[in-house]
Formats: sequence, structure tokens, C-alpha cells
Amino acid sequence: MSILINKSTRLLVQGITGHEGLFHTQQMYSYAPGTVVGGVTPGKGGEWVLNGKLPVFDCVRVAVESTGANTSVIFVPAKVAADAIFEAADSGISLIICITEGVPVSDMMRVQTYLSGLNVRLIGPNCPGLLTPGEAKAGIIPGSIAMAGNVGVVSRSGTLTYEVMYALKKSGLGCSTCVGIGGDPVNGTSFLDILEMFESDPHTDQVALIGEIGGNDEERAAEFISTRMTKPVVSFIAGQTAPPGKRMGHAGAIIEGSSGSAMEKIRKLEASGVRVARHPEEIPGLLKR
Amino acid sequence: MKLHEYQSKSLFANYGIPIPRGRVISTAHEAKQIAEDVGGRAVIKAQVLVGGRGKAGGIRLAKSPKEAEELATILLGMELKGLPVRRVLVDEMVNIQQEVYLAITNDRTERRPVLMASSAGGVDIEETAIQHPELIFKMLINPLIGLRDYQVRDIAAGIELKRSLWRQFGEVALNLWKVFVATDATLAEINPLVVTTEGKFLALDGKMILDDSALFRHPDLVEIRDLDIEAPAEIEARKYGLTYIKLDGQIGCMVNGAGLAMATTDIIKLNGGEPANFLDIGGGKETKKVAAAFRIILQDPNVRGVLINIFGGITRCDEVARGILTAMAEVKPKVPMVVRLVGTNAEEGLKLLADANMTTADTLLDAAEKIVTLARGGQS
Repeated sequence: MSILINKSTRLLVQGITGHEGLFHTQQMYSYAPGTVVGGVTPGKGGEWVLNGKLPVFDCVRVAVESTGANTSVIFVPAKVAADAIFEAADSGISLIICITEGVPVSDMMRVQTYLSGLNVRLIGPNCPGLLTPGEAKAGIIPGSIAMAGNVGVVSRSGTLTYEVMYALKKSGLGCSTCVGIGGDPVNGTSFLDILEMFESDPHTDQVALIGEIGGNDEERAAEFISTRMTKPVVSFIAGQTAPPGKRMGHAGAIIEGSSGSAMEKIRKLEASGVRVARHPEEIPGLLKR
Repeated sequence: MKLHEYQSKSLFANYGIPIPRGRVISTAHEAKQIAEDVGGRAVIKAQVLVGGRGKAGGIRLAKSPKEAEELATILLGMELKGLPVRRVLVDEMVNIQQEVYLAITNDRTERRPVLMASSAGGVDIEETAIQHPELIFKMLINPLIGLRDYQVRDIAAGIELKRSLWRQFGEVALNLWKVFVATDATLAEINPLVVTTEGKFLALDGKMILDDSALFRHPDLVEIRDLDIEAPAEIEARKYGLTYIKLDGQIGCMVNGAGLAMATTDIIKLNGGEPANFLDIGGGKETKKVAAAFRIILQDPNVRGVLINIFGGITRCDEVARGILTAMAEVKPKVPMVVRLVGTNAEEGLKLLADANMTTADTLLDAAEKIVTLARGGQS
């Protein structure tokens, strides 16, 4: 089993006819054909993609009415990403996964404030999305690198997450769900939100948390782990060698003063009983077989 | 994108925030005339994007127009913390009654903008933030309705501003919110916001940082970007969609993905090496991008070896390997190299590289150990 997505997920792709959108729709569809129900590209309603397998709609409202979609994956350009999120939220989608990178912070602030009054969950932006091995894939995480199991994986990065999942698979460990929450300074879902879900998911027995420098999401996660989490958590924090004040690619990975540094995060996590790996390949060894 | 003081203050003025009379110049002789125009005495301020300008000697007080020119000459010939002073701002000298701190930035945890104010404004505000956080008043802003009048009154009362100043203060705060929104800023800071002895507010210093992701909405502001603060290699990298940051070590890195790139520089250090750079090639596997990455890494004379670490998720590793080989044929690197490819079609990719006599590695740890040894002149 899993959190957020499973084999009954009904997935819509916003930006389905774009280069990235179409490629990843194909990937998601081949991974779990029953979970992908269609897509949206304004002006292309009525067309079909994947050799007539999936319908394209002009807007999310009509797509939801026609397909019963409950989840949306967004691949639209950064300039229109906020609009795509508003549209999904206003059209009855309850889980929105925004893959798009480079969304202005001010747009995300407005989105967050708007969504806080609705019963809608946003994952991302600038994230690889979700994978529940063997059941569903909503995003760009390669399906082949993970197998089903009892480890919940949550991470702020992309390829580093894949690296950990791949290391787990090589060691014979599987994942319940893998969640990429994204590397932006303002994202829809935090480590803490996901830890809460893993804690109450009967099929997750342990969690791997992959963090990085910047912000205080890891620190808040540490507090939750020490006070409310019963399942064991292991972790890796990237950016221990990053010079202060430098942007390391992720907009979120900026060290602000002493808070947000890798050392500080590791200290807090260890104090909460989390075993922190020195490098990503150490993670499988810290988990229970 | 960081803006200079003069750029920030000029934006403030456009949005109705009062600033001192003055002008930015790049040749010293103009300072004399400006000082005369603003009343003889002037403040000469180096326009360099570093913190602690005043303490580093970048802000000088001139008692006469002649001294203004002399000081401008000195400052324009200086470097501050390694950056050349290309421009100075010559501002009128004002008589100060009170110094206030006023800023708007984004609160990541609350996911909203936040206005911060303090009656303990001035150079030591960062110290105050640590020693006396209670002296800094914070107010979250709902971005859908903006900063409201009642919030501004609340702040004015909170920092114990004289009632006679509330109206003026409110205008400054609301205009600061306007400029913050209009430019997609992540920071708009006035420190100090002074009350002159005549009872007028003036933004004596200003600092703005704009969101790089939102610059597509502000082509006019992109043009005023100061490239001095970035290393030429970083600017070059941006052209190819690469993120490059120079570090002080000897081992160059080329990695896909920011998180993995950080983990790679970390593991080099863990194995006793020092990373020469951080480089994220993103989702790119094209030969052009890999070749550009090679050139950028290798133009750093400290580099004694290069570690390439690619996780092929959707990207196929055999394609990456071909890209690397073509790029190497073009750039012809002379330092040792270790390549690690993991994921889809990794075996095929590694075989291509091995056939070309390249050193490969299976695990991240193995890769780091090999490149650290090779870079020291050892055998892998």
C-alpha cells in the first residue's frame, strides 16, 4: 500500500501535448495504464494522444467531468504554472503535482494562500512527483529504479532521490511510496506533512528522508520525529561542503545564516533519534531488512 | 538578482518612497558639482554588492565639494572585499532624529511575505535580530489582499513610533509593499529609514533582491544586472543552462541534478579530496552541453581531476556515454577522469567508456576514492 497515489488514482496531465508532458504521459501510462485518464492543453480539446488511448481537453473542468480525474500532474511552462494550479484546484482535483521548475516565488505565495482555504494538496513545484511501486506513477521518477516494499521515501531533490531508491533496490529493499516534495523555497507539501502520512500508513514500516541545505523543513521534521513518530527514520543531508550564501542550483538550497546548514540539520535529526548516513549509499545499511 | 543601493533607491523613488537628493557617478570630478547642488556636505558611498560596506571603508563623509571629489577619487580606485568600485553614490547629508529598520521579505515557513520593522534601525540590525529579537516586529502579509492599512498602524504602534509620524510611515510601508510586488522581489529593505530633524522620512539606504525565476516579467530590470559579482565562468555556464559554482579545491565535478551534485562534492571531501566546483548539467545529455561543462570545469587551473556522476533515470546512460566521448574528443582534457553512470542502460554506457580506456566506477564511494587517488597522481 501507499500514501497519496495508488492503483485507483485517476490521473490527468496538464500540458499533455507538450514535449515533456507527452513523453512522461507515455511513461506514466506504460507504468500503470489504468491510472492515467487523459490530459489538458488549451486549444487542443478533442484531440487524442498515445495512438488514441488518451483524450485531450481544453480545460480541467471538462476533463474532470468527462473522466472523473482526481489527481493532476502539471508539466506546463513556469509562466503559466500558477494558473494551472488554480485551475486544477477550482475544478475538483484534490491532489496536484507540479513538476514545473522555475515558478516565481510570488506566484507560489499566492497559490499557497489560496489553497490553504481549500481541501487540496499540492506537491511541488520543481519536484519529480510520486511513485508507488507497482501501482501508480505521477511525475517523472523512473519506474524501473524501485520495487514495492515497506520503506517510505521523501526527498527535496530529483536524481539524488533516484540514487537512494536505486541503492535500496540493489539491497533488496522496496518502497511503499516515494515522494519528491521539490527544491523550491516555497513548496506545497513539507517533510512534516509526508512524515505524518507515512506514520499512519499501515504499509510503511520505516522512512528515508533525503534533505539538503536551506530552509528549516528538516529541522521541523526532526521535531515531529522526536515527539510524534513511532516508525524509524534514516536520513541523508546533501550540501555539507556548500559554501554559505551560495545558491547550489536549487532555489531552496541557500544557507541563511547558521540555520539551514547541513551540520545544523544533521545535529537536530540525530538528536531526534534519526540515523544520518554520511553518503547516500549508506542508507540501505541503516534500514531494517 | 541583487540590486545596488542606487538601483534599489531609484526604484523606491519611482514608487513614492522619499530618498535623499543625490546621484550615482563613475567619474570622480562630477562629485564636486553634486555636493554643491545638495548643500556642500555629502555622503560618498561605494556601489558594490557586498555586506558591511561602511565598516570596510566604502562609505565616507565629505564636508565640502572639494573633499567630495577627493573621496570619490579614492573610492573609485578601490576594491571592496575583492570587488572593484565602479560607481559611487553622492548623497546629501541629512540630520537624523531617529533610525528605523523596515523590510519586506518572504517567510518560507509561513509561505507568505512578511514585513519586519524595528525602532533599532542602523548598521547593527543583524546583531539586534540575534540579541534582541523582541525588538523586531513582524507582520505576515496575505498576498491575495496585500498589506493593509490596519497592519501598518499596528506596526507603527508596535515599534513605538510617535503618533505624528504614523501617516508618513504608513505611506512608506505601503509603497515598499508596492515595489516588492511590482518587481517580484524576495527582499526590499530600507535600513536605515530615517526621520530627519525636520520630521521627514527618508530611505537613507536600500537593498533589493529580485527573484531570478520572475525576471521574465522584468526585461528592463535584467538589463541593469551587475555581472561583477559573478565569476565569468558562472555567467558562461548560465548561457548553456548549466549551474556552475567555483569552489577552492582540485577535483572538478559534473553531475546531473542539484541534490546529487551536492552529494557528490560532499563525498569527495569525505574521502579526503577537495571539490573544485559544483556543476549541475540538469537534464542535459546533449554533447554541446557536456562539452561546455568540460570547458568550464577545465579552465580552472587548480583542477587535477574530474569526476562525472550521472544518474540515468529517464535519460539513457548509453546516450550519456556517447555524449561524453564526443565532448572529450572536442575538448581533449589532460587531467585524469572517473565516470560513474547509474540507471537505465548503465552497463552499455560503461562498456562504451571502458572501450575508450576511461576509468569507470560502480558506486559513488568507489568513484570518489578513485578520483581522489588519481588527482594526487596515484593509480586507481
